[in-house]
Amino acid sequence: MRPVRTILNALAPVVRPVARKLAPVLRRLAPSPGVRRILGVLGLLVALYAGLVGTYVENAPGFEPAARTQQRIQGNLIDVASIQGRYGVITLGAALVIITGGIDLSIGAVVGFSAVLFGVLTERGVHPFAAFPLVIACGGFVGWVNGVLVTRLKLQPFLVTLCGMFVYRGAARLLAGTVSRTATVEAQPDFAGSLQTLRYILVGKDATGELQFPAQFVVLLVLAAVVGFVLHRTAYGRYWYAIGHNELAAKYAGVNVDWQRTWVYVVCSALAGLAGVLLFLDSAYVQADSGGQYLELYAILGAVLGGCSLRGGEGTAIGMVLGAMVLPVLENLVTIRGLKSDLIPTVIGLTLLAGTILDEFIRRRQRARH
Amino acid sequence: MKPGEGSPRAFVSPSPRTTPRVAATAVSKRFPGVVALDGVSVTLAPGEVLAVVGENGAGKSTLMKILAGVYHPDEGSVELDGRPVRFAGPAAATAAGVVLIHQELNLAENLTVADNLFLGREVTVGGKLLVLNNGAMTGRAAALLARVGLPADRVTRRVETLPPGEKQLVEVARALGTAVRVLIMDEPTSSLTQRETERLYEVIDALRRDGVSVLYISHRLAEVKRCADRVVVLRDGKNAGELAKADVTHDNMVRLMVGRDMKSFYPKVHCTGTGGAAVLSLAGLRYRNGPDTPVSLDVRAGEILGMAGLVGAGRTELAEAVFGVRHVTHGSVALGDQPLAVKSPADAIRAGVFLVPEDRRLHGLVTAETVGFNLSLPNLDRLRSRFGIRRRAEAELHATWIEKLRVKTPSAAQTVGLLSGGNQQKVVYGKWLARGPRVLILDEPTRGVDVGAKAEIYALVDELAGRGVAVWMITSDMEELLGMSDRVVVMHEGRLAGELSGAAVTEEAVMRLATGGEAG
Repeated sequence: MRPVRTILNALAPVVRPVARKLAPVLRRLAPSPGVRRILGVLGLLVALYAGLVGTYVENAPGFEPAARTQQRIQGNLIDVASIQGRYGVITLGAALVIITGGIDLSIGAVVGFSAVLFGVLTERGVHPFAAFPLVIACGGFVGWVNGVLVTRLKLQPFLVTLCGMFVYRGAARLLAGTVSRTATVEAQPDFAGSLQTLRYILVGKDATGELQFPAQFVVLLVLAAVVGFVLHRTAYGRYWYAIGHNELAAKYAGVNVDWQRTWVYVVCSALAGLAGVLLFLDSAYVQADSGGQYLELYAILGAVLGGCSLRGGEGTAIGMVLGAMVLPVLENLVTIRGLKSDLIPTVIGLTLLAGTILDEFIRRRQRARH
Repeated sequence: MKPGEGSPRAFVSPSPRTTPRVAATAVSKRFPGVVALDGVSVTLAPGEVLAVVGENGAGKSTLMKILAGVYHPDEGSVELDGRPVRFAGPAAATAAGVVLIHQELNLAENLTVADNLFLGREVTVGGKLLVLNNGAMTGRAAALLARVGLPADRVTRRVETLPPGEKQLVEVARALGTAVRVLIMDEPTSSLTQRETERLYEVIDALRRDGVSVLYISHRLAEVKRCADRVVVLRDGKNAGELAKADVTHDNMVRLMVGRDMKSFYPKVHCTGTGGAAVLSLAGLRYRNGPDTPVSLDVRAGEILGMAGLVGAGRTELAEAVFGVRHVTHGSVALGDQPLAVKSPADAIRAGVFLVPEDRRLHGLVTAETVGFNLSLPNLDRLRSRFGIRRRAEAELHATWIEKLRVKTPSAAQTVGLLSGGNQQKVVYGKWLARGPRVLILDEPTRGVDVGAKAEIYALVDELAGRGVAVWMITSDMEELLGMSDRVVVMHEGRLAGELSGAAVTEEAVMRLATGGEAG
């Protein structure tokens, strides 16, 4: 400890003036709530990643060469990134719905339904390259139904999508019990090649099932860039924020509120459809009654961690990506820390709750200062 | 709250024989970046009705909140009956007999009038069980309502079913239920009709007779003249002057408020457009859930058509039907000689028919967003290209309209909800002017707007009419109606009760039509 302090004291004359210069700049950045949220979740991620790497180094057997440890860490981070990618895709959709002041609880069921649908379609002879857009379109249709029920019939999104959750889960179970790549390839040997191509492009796994690169994370980054552009640079994004903050004012300003909200549900469910295909390609098999379960909650959590307010009207694309990254790292961290698996959900829940409380605390202090 | 520790009084009491009921001495209050009050002194005698006037941001609301224990002054002191007080909060102030009625009423809309009258001090039986004694409360509620002139059948009505004027009176009744000695009201008449306002005056007169001191804020100078014994004018957080009843004139008050003479409050430089062609024509219009009587009406190019009527006469609803918010069931709307089919506000806006809505914070602005966001919102279709919104064109639009309308804002990135009412309203005008209106429907165009901004808005509307825009102005402000309109139509219970123009436009004639009488 002492050498550190000595060094800091020695640096003080240099650091202080710089800090004094930087302070106003930082202060000007700080009040923007969007930026603050991003910095907050970024800080959380840095801490989690540091913990992850630290655990690896700590647990490394003494005889293991450093290069090998590094390799294992990299491998693990890629595994995590892969999951983050898939969570991120649905988080984007959930976040857009939340920005417009809605909620979608049917995401997980749509993911499961889409995975099963993709499996069944390919098994019955629909080429994977055709089944892929078809499944996403089906997802979009589900979203359209949700949107129409919410906007035309003026039903509450919570209830509509809660009912949807049961309906789409049931639909998946009607289609099949379990689907898998092996089953598809057995039924349609011709598809083996194209299925593997799709798998490599979207998931990053080679023919041996080895993860080469986190393709799902790349998919997330591409989609996040698109969402970011639409949200922050086009009129649609403005409309969505306006609807989330004050639907009536948006309507009185000539925004076609019903149409915009419907489209956001379409986008959300189409992304869930995509995530379903990713799930199918990534997994050994997908069960109709459990595939994608709870994913809507992960997505909503990711969106909120990333700065979306459940009251609507708040949120950024960068925040959504960062928010979606938190949960997989946290899960991975508690797993490799060797926690009993029964404890893991509780620990995750408590950690996130603590984060939420801290965030609210900081927010209040900031508001009090204004 | 130790008695007898008062600092020597540094002001002249209006009636030196009696101790003032309330005395604020050299009160200052600072908020980060703003000095809201700077050494303001006010006294209020028992049974006196004191009006506090001033532009928005002059410190009126802060002063009231200090008197009612919501804020504590940074400097200065507040005395009640000659003894210095420092209320722990509004509840402590109420217990001491000082009651504040906020501008946005604090009633639980989903509860009944009786529930509201006794909210927080319910009459109960059964000790700690707190079983409500509804019989006793209903009886007392009826008595309280009688004092403010409301019929006893209102006791069991849910508050949300009452018109705004009656809600205000319920607030007063609630204050009467406590041992009120000082009643403070923030713009009590801003949402009331003429008749409701008149009733409130009568209640104030009754309170005065009972020895209750009343202090109220108002933007409506005419009503200040009507019922205040004395007027205190604030400007920029300081005492700007005081007027005794005899000196209360419109000119005197406005001069003190703005610190300069306002010669042309109602500009009227545009040529009155009685000869202009009809731009917006309603023919036999009826709308869903509206009255059975069809409405036919022309708004002509370059004229300001004033529309008067009591609240609930169907003026706002008619405008909303034309703007596409309400579903038109019968009749037609024409723009020039083209029929205009409006299914949503988007259709109306595309045709150049814009609405400045009555409720600015609900319908007019996304208050949580910035000035720029709101200015852009209806104009985005003109600002976008294939590569997203054209940022430079957008910034230009913001700069242009902030400057042209003299919106007092640090930048376009300021949250619009933090601006004063007048500046918020200017942003609403700005978003439509940037698009270029053919027909401008103004619903209460200056509600909650301070005098200075009001004059600017009047000049702006006048200029628009001069450029040939057809202006349809719905207003409950009689001065505004008489001062601005070229022609006046009056609505009564959903139908057009009559039209007045030229010398026939008088307050009496308007009120006669609005209350269901015949044009004289």
